[in-house]
Amino acid sequence: MSEGQVKKIMYVNRKAPYGTIYALESLEVVLIAAAFDQDVSLVFMDDGVYQLKKGHQTKGIEVKNFQPTYRALDDYDVNKLYVQKEALEARGLSEEDMCVPVEVLSAAEIGKLMDQQDVLLSF
Amino acid sequence: MLHIVNKSPLERSTLDSCLAAAQPGAAVLLIEDGVYAATRGNAAESRLRAASARLEIYVLAPDLEARGMAQSLAEGVKSIDYTGFVELVVQHKNCQSWL
Repeated sequence: MSEGQVKKIMYVNRKAPYGTIYALESLEVVLIAAAFDQDVSLVFMDDGVYQLKKGHQTKGIEVKNFQPTYRALDDYDVNKLYVQKEALEARGLSEEDMCVPVEVLSAAEIGKLMDQQDVLLSF
Repeated sequence: MLHIVNKSPLERSTLDSCLAAAQPGAAVLLIEDGVYAATRGNAAESRLRAASARLEIYVLAPDLEARGMAQSLAEGVKSIDYTGFVELVVQHKNCQSWL
């Protein structure tokens, strides 16, 4: 990052947690990049909305439960979290099922936000 | 015959491939991201329910719990643990994984 210049960076999360490593890897990058004081937002689309579904209990599959990390994002001033409305509906989920405060937007509204970004990182 | 599906029905078409091929009386086991098909309100739920009339549908409970979906199990689906998984494999002559 060039010094003093704040960029708009959006992380686009479209994969379910645990089945693949994408969700965890995205979180790791978000936390690392949070140190650089950029204008960060996270988007959860398609199966990515499952990352925020409350109540992960991973003891049975012997995998680290990384859901508490989403609740820690606010401590890193990462608090622009957007969830795709259509994705929730296709999965029988609602905003109340999310483990952190989010803003629910349509795919088109998310697309408009994408247009405004300097950098899009896709997971 | 035991069919195993491990991908989300909203990301991949493996569940539909499986349901199209599976013969009456066969067992279908949903594991990993495949378990989302067996949750209430999922777009695949009605297809799975229709299939459950001719197929035995199972879901691996630890995968459901990991994803916070244990309370959302769809009707007509049997929840099993890892021991049940092994028993299903042993009970059936062969097994197709729809990767």
